[in-house]
Amino acid sequence: MSGLLVVLIIVIVAVGWAVLGYNSLVRLRNQVQNAWRQIDVQLRRRHDLIPNLVEAVKGYMQFERDTLTQVVEARAKAISAPDQASRMAAENQITGGLGRLLAVMENYPQLKSDQNVLKLQEELTTTENQIAFSRQAYNDSVMQLNTRIESFPTNLIANNFGFKQAEYFQGAPEDQAVPKVDLSMGGGAPQTPPPPRV
Amino acid sequence: MAAAHTDFWELERRNRRETALLVLVFIALFTTLGFGLDFRFGDLAIVGGSLTGFPMLTLIALGFGIFQSLLSYYGGTALVLASVQARELEPDTPQHQMVLDVVHEMALAARMPVPKAYLMNDPSPNAFATGRDPNHSVVCVTQGLIDTMDREEVQGVLGHEMAHVRDYDIRTMMMIAVLVAGIAMLADFVYRSMWYTGGVGGGERRSSSRDNDNNSGNAGALIGVLVIVLAVLAPFFAQLLAMAVSREREYLADAASVEFTRNPRALLRALERIAQTESPLRNASRGTAHMFIVNPLQGARDDNEGFLANLFSTHPPLGRRIERLRALLNETGGEALPPDGAAAAPAPRG
Repeated sequence: MSGLLVVLIIVIVAVGWAVLGYNSLVRLRNQVQNAWRQIDVQLRRRHDLIPNLVEAVKGYMQFERDTLTQVVEARAKAISAPDQASRMAAENQITGGLGRLLAVMENYPQLKSDQNVLKLQEELTTTENQIAFSRQAYNDSVMQLNTRIESFPTNLIANNFGFKQAEYFQGAPEDQAVPKVDLSMGGGAPQTPPPPRV
Repeated sequence: MAAAHTDFWELERRNRRETALLVLVFIALFTTLGFGLDFRFGDLAIVGGSLTGFPMLTLIALGFGIFQSLLSYYGGTALVLASVQARELEPDTPQHQMVLDVVHEMALAARMPVPKAYLMNDPSPNAFATGRDPNHSVVCVTQGLIDTMDREEVQGVLGHEMAHVRDYDIRTMMMIAVLVAGIAMLADFVYRSMWYTGGVGGGERRSSSRDNDNNSGNAGALIGVLVIVLAVLAPFFAQLLAMAVSREREYLADAASVEFTRNPRALLRALERIAQTESPLRNASRGTAHMFIVNPLQGARDDNEGFLANLFSTHPPLGRRIERLRALLNETGGEALPPDGAAAAPAPRG
């Protein structure tokens, strides 16, 4: 009689553990999907901002007209991109262009005294940061899901129910070409020397 | 506890383990004192080798603590904001817009809902977060923080505050407060019971039917003495434990700030800047001090590294926190880890 009880308890515990494991996998996978969509939300937000940004910048930086054109064209390409690869390439071009604008803003002190320019700088900065952090959040979610899928004993559940590992978001090589300029003014060593004055 | 190859993930894991341990000790202390009390003065007894009876006093003390905490749990945020005279940040004011943006960024990095952001009119750079869960959280910065810190430093500070939100630190500290209040009440029971029954002895019990078991002679007297000793020491230890938990959560929030920004330099520079300013916060009190990123009270400067001073402090010494962040920074070769090429621009100085 008590042998039966022991078996029953073991079965209940095993089933309970399996349920918890399955649910946690579902939760983590949904987090990954949500995080992926969040990146898209941020990218679209940037699309919406660009027309106004370009209008505002045009008045101050005629010398950067090439960069502005490049950004506008890249935006059009991103919106009408047929597949993921060309979409990503276009987004990276936008990032590159806006990054250059930010760097240039730093090199013209007379710009910094203008409140509108400062406001613009803040908008550009936070837009790029929000995109970057949403990508980071996606990668963190992927890491959590993959770790759970690989760990024992949850890997038993994962294999049985078809949970697959997710792929990390990779930055494109063009991303690395964006000049990393240390824009902080409150002390601390600069990361790279500022570009030479034009 | 400086370790050679540690990243912020490892620091976070370690801190969470230590918090769990501290909370277990807390619960054990509370239960021991409570059951000891119920044994000596209440209905608990050992009859025929097994535990019987209802731990009434333990449960009353627990209920008392829970009631106190529920009040602050539900009404807490509004009360706190009113007590520091916080006002909402105004979008389109450049300084405020930067803070709102950084709050947004840190919420993204932390994978949390965006908390409401408030401003305290105080020249000392500081910040706090409060709220019972991530959906009802707020962060508050001081005018001093906005005026003195650049964007990178504000990111570090707000990352730390988002960490408190994500890790339910406010709720944890409320739970600890329940246990501390409960232990104080139990100790109070002991004093009152001693007063009324006239001493610790082994025999002063109402129901004589249980005389054969836990109250005859030596056993009863021994338990009585133990209860007294515990009653004296427990509130003291409870306070120490609460402070230890608070300090662990602060270290955890520092590590999590690095997890969010991927930039140890951000919080490091912010803490160094705070270390340089001397002024205490005007609107902080003993009750609210623990919520701030750096202890805001005068004379409680977190640079006291003395053992005793540290034991009773809600925050770890600033120097120690800065050290840990520097170790993380050196791990990454002195460079800030880039989160996909994000830029950290300085705040527009007003």
